Amino acid sequence: MSVAVELRHISKRFPGVIANKDVSMSVETGTVHALVGENGAGKSTVMKILYGMQRPDSGEILVNGTAVHFKNPNDAIDASIGMVHQHFMLADNFTVLENVILGSEPRHGITIDFAAARAKVVEMAAQYGLEIDPDVLVEELGVGQRQRVEILKVLYRGARILIFDEPTAVLVPQEVDDLFNALKGLRAQGMAIIFISHKLDEVLRVADDVTVVRAGSTVAQVKSKDVTARQLAELMVGSELPQPSTHGDTRRPEVTLALKDVSIPTQSGSRDLISHVTFNLHAGEVVGIAGVEGNGQAELVEAIMGLREYTGVIEFSGSDMNHLSVAHRRDLGIGLIPEDRQRQAMMMESPLWENRILGHQRGKPVMNGFVLDKKSTIADTKAIMEEFDVRAPGPQTLAAALSGGNQQKFIVGREMSKAPLLLVASHPTRGVDVGAQGAIWEELRRAREKGMAIVLISADLEELIGMSDRLLVMLRGVMTAELDPAKTTPEQLGSAMTGAA
Amino acid sequence: MKKIKLSTLVLAVAAPLAAALVSIVISSLAVLASHKSPFDAYKTMWEFGTTSSSLMQMLNTATPYYIAAVAIAITFRAGLFNIGVEGQLRLGAIFGAYLGAKFILPPVLHIIAIMVIAMTIGGLWAAIAGYLKVKRGVSEVISTIMLNSLAGGLSSYLLANYFVDRTTNSNNMSTKTLPASGQFPDLMPLLNKIGVEDQPGGGVYGMLIFAVALGIVFWFVINRTRFGFELRASGSNPIAARFSGVNSKRMTFVAMALSGAVAGLAGLPAVLGDTHAFNMGFRTGIGFSAIAVALLGRNNPTGMAFSALLFGFLEVSSRSLELIDIAPETYVIMQGSILLSSVIAYEVVRRYKITLQSKELAKAVAA
Repeated sequence: MSVAVELRHISKRFPGVIANKDVSMSVETGTVHALVGENGAGKSTVMKILYGMQRPDSGEILVNGTAVHFKNPNDAIDASIGMVHQHFMLADNFTVLENVILGSEPRHGITIDFAAARAKVVEMAAQYGLEIDPDVLVEELGVGQRQRVEILKVLYRGARILIFDEPTAVLVPQEVDDLFNALKGLRAQGMAIIFISHKLDEVLRVADDVTVVRAGSTVAQVKSKDVTARQLAELMVGSELPQPSTHGDTRRPEVTLALKDVSIPTQSGSRDLISHVTFNLHAGEVVGIAGVEGNGQAELVEAIMGLREYTGVIEFSGSDMNHLSVAHRRDLGIGLIPEDRQRQAMMMESPLWENRILGHQRGKPVMNGFVLDKKSTIADTKAIMEEFDVRAPGPQTLAAALSGGNQQKFIVGREMSKAPLLLVASHPTRGVDVGAQGAIWEELRRAREKGMAIVLISADLEELIGMSDRLLVMLRGVMTAELDPAKTTPEQLGSAMTGAA
Repeated sequence: MKKIKLSTLVLAVAAPLAAALVSIVISSLAVLASHKSPFDAYKTMWEFGTTSSSLMQMLNTATPYYIAAVAIAITFRAGLFNIGVEGQLRLGAIFGAYLGAKFILPPVLHIIAIMVIAMTIGGLWAAIAGYLKVKRGVSEVISTIMLNSLAGGLSSYLLANYFVDRTTNSNNMSTKTLPASGQFPDLMPLLNKIGVEDQPGGGVYGMLIFAVALGIVFWFVINRTRFGFELRASGSNPIAARFSGVNSKRMTFVAMALSGAVAGLAGLPAVLGDTHAFNMGFRTGIGFSAIAVALLGRNNPTGMAFSALLFGFLEVSSRSLELIDIAPETYVIMQGSILLSSVIAYEVVRRYKITLQSKELAKAVAA
C-alpha cells in the first residue's frame, strides 16, 4: 500500500482559534483514516489546510509522494482531493444528475451533453454502490440520499482522496449504516478516505487508522483495532468523559407547560409544520423531543415562545398564554437557548455585557425601570462568566471574539441566571467541549431538582436519553411515539425517529 | 488591562487620521487635474474659512446637518435607512412656517408649538414608509426616495396655491412672516458679550443650542434606555432581537416615525432663525448631505457633531476657491473622498479590533 496523503509538521496560527501546531498524519490508499478530536481541537483547520481553504504557516503536504502547495480548493480538486461537506451544498430544484455535474458539465458545443453525463453518473453510482435515481429532484430526497449526491459530486470531479467532514452528524443510525457500507465500497476501490468525527463508536466501526487531535496538535496515530473507545476518549480529552444522566424522579404535581392540540399550518395549505401536538410538562421534569432535524422541532420551539402563529392552546402554569407576546412569555419565566446561537441569541459585534441584556431587557438586574443599569449589568456579566467558565478577558470583550463553545456557555448562563420556571433548550451542549458539556448538564440537573421544567431538543441521542424523564418522538410535525428513556437505546430511538419502527 | 485601553485609543484615532490623509491626496489630485496648486487651494480655503463671518456660517450650515444626521442615525441604529429626511424636513418646515404664522402664543410656547407641528408632519410622512415596510414589506429605501419626490412637489404646490402670503408683492413666494414670538432668538447678542463682533450678514442660529441638546438626548436614549437597547438590538441582529422579545415590526415603525419627527425639525433653524417664513429659497440637499454626516460620524452623537462641522467648514470655505479660479464644486470631491475613505478605514479598524480581541482572548485562555 502506498501513502496517498501525508501532512508533515503543519502549523497554522489564527487569532482566537487554537492554532494547529506540529500536525502530522499519513493516510494510506485503500484505507479509512479517522481524524478525531473534541470540537475546537483543530480538526477543521487540518481539513481546511488539506483542502486548500487555508494555507499553512509552515510544514509540508504531500499527495502521492509529491509536495503540493494549494492556493485554493480548486488546486486540491486538481490533485484529486474531494470534500463532502457537513452542510450540503445542493440546488434543491435541480435533479440529482444536474447537481452532480453542476460546475463541470460535459459540453456538446454550447449545450450540455446530458447523455454522456448520465452514462458516467450511472456507471459511477453502480461502481461505488451509491445507487440513486439521477432524474429525481433533490428536494424530494432524504438527508442520507442527499449526502450520496454530495459524494457522487466529489467522485465525478475525479477525487481519489475523500474528506468527510462529520458526515454522520445529520444522519440517523440506519442512514449511518448505509453511509458506512458506501465508505467500505469506496475503500475497496482504492480510495483514501479521511473521516472527521468526534463520535468514537462510529470511528472504531469504520476506520482502519485513527489520528487524534488535541489542542491543535496531533497527539497519536493508532490502528483502530488496537484501541478501545475509552482509550481514544482519554487521548482526546486527557480525562474521563462526563455522562448525561439524571437521578431519581423530581417531577412535581403542578403542570408548568401544557400544549393542547397545537398545530402550525403552512400558508400554502400543504401538510402542517407541526400537527395536533399535545403534551403536559410538569415542574421538575425534562421532556426530550427526539426527531431528525427539520421535523418540526424548531417550529415547536417558536410556537412555545410565541414567535410563530399557531392553532390550539399553549398554557403556562395553568393559564392560557396564546395571546402573549414573546416578551411577556419571557417575563413569565421562560428561558430560551435557541438552536442557532449566533443568529438567534447574540449580537456578535457587541460586548458581552450588552449580550447579557438581550432577552432580559425588561427588568433587573440590567434595567432600572426604563433606564439601563450598566454597572449592575457588568457585575452580573462577570458573575455569569465566572460561574459558567466563559473564557474571555472580561465583559467588554466582543461576542465575536469568543469561540463557539464559550458563546454557548455564556448563553446558557444568561438564560439560567434568572432561574426560569421553564427552559426551552435546543442543543444546549452543541459545540462545547467535554468539560463544559458536563458543567451544563450539571446545571440543568440542579435546576430540574429545584423544579424547573425543561423542553430539551438535541441531535445527540445519548444526551436526550440520559437527560430526559420522558421522550417524545417527532416525525414530520407529528408526535409519533412516547418512549421511556430508561428502556430505550439510541438505536431504538433512531428507528423511531425515522419512522422505521 | 491598561494595554487594551491604549490600543483602543490608538485605533480610535488611526481611522479618521488615515481617512483624512487619503482624502487629502484624492482632493489634491482633483485640484492638480485642473492645473492648479492644491497647496494654494487649501491655503485660500483655510484663510477664508477661518474668518469670523465664515465660522458663523459654518455653524449655521452645520446645525441643520446635525439635526438631520441624528434623524438618519436613529434608523441606521435600527438597521433601517431613511433616505427621506430631505422630504420630511421640507414638509416639516413648510407646515411649521405656515401654521405657526396663524396663531400667537407666548414666546417660548410658540416656538415649541411650531416644533411640535414640524415633528408631527415629518413623523407622519416617514410613518408612511414605516407602515409600508411593516405591512407590505416595501423597502424603506425605495419608499422614502419616492416620498422625497412627492414631498418636493407637494410643498411647491402648497406654497404656490395655498400657503403663499398674498399680502406682500414679492417675486419670492413665501409664507406669511412668523410673529416675533415664533422667531428663535439669534445667538449674536450672547456672542457679543463674550467679545465676538458683529459681522455683515452674520448671526448664529439659536437652534444650535437645541441641536446640542438633541445630541445629548439622542445619546442617552440610544445607549442608556430599554427602548434604545431594543432599537440597537433590532439593528445589529434582528432575528436575535425577535427571539429576545422585541416586537420587530413595531420597532421598525416606531424608528421610522421617530426619525421622521426629528427630521421634521431640520428645516427649522433657517425658518425660525433667519427667514422667519418658508420661501422658495429654502435650502435643498440638507437631507442628503446629512446621510454623509451620519456615516462619517458613525451614528455617534459626538462623531456626527464633528462631521457636521467639517462639512459646514468645507462648504463655506470652498466658496473662496472661485477667487483663485478653481471650481468651488471641488468641495463635493472632498466630501466624497472623506466619506469613502473613512467608511473604508472604519471597516478595516473594526475587523482589526475583532482580530485583536481574539488574540487577547487566546492569550487569556492560554494563561
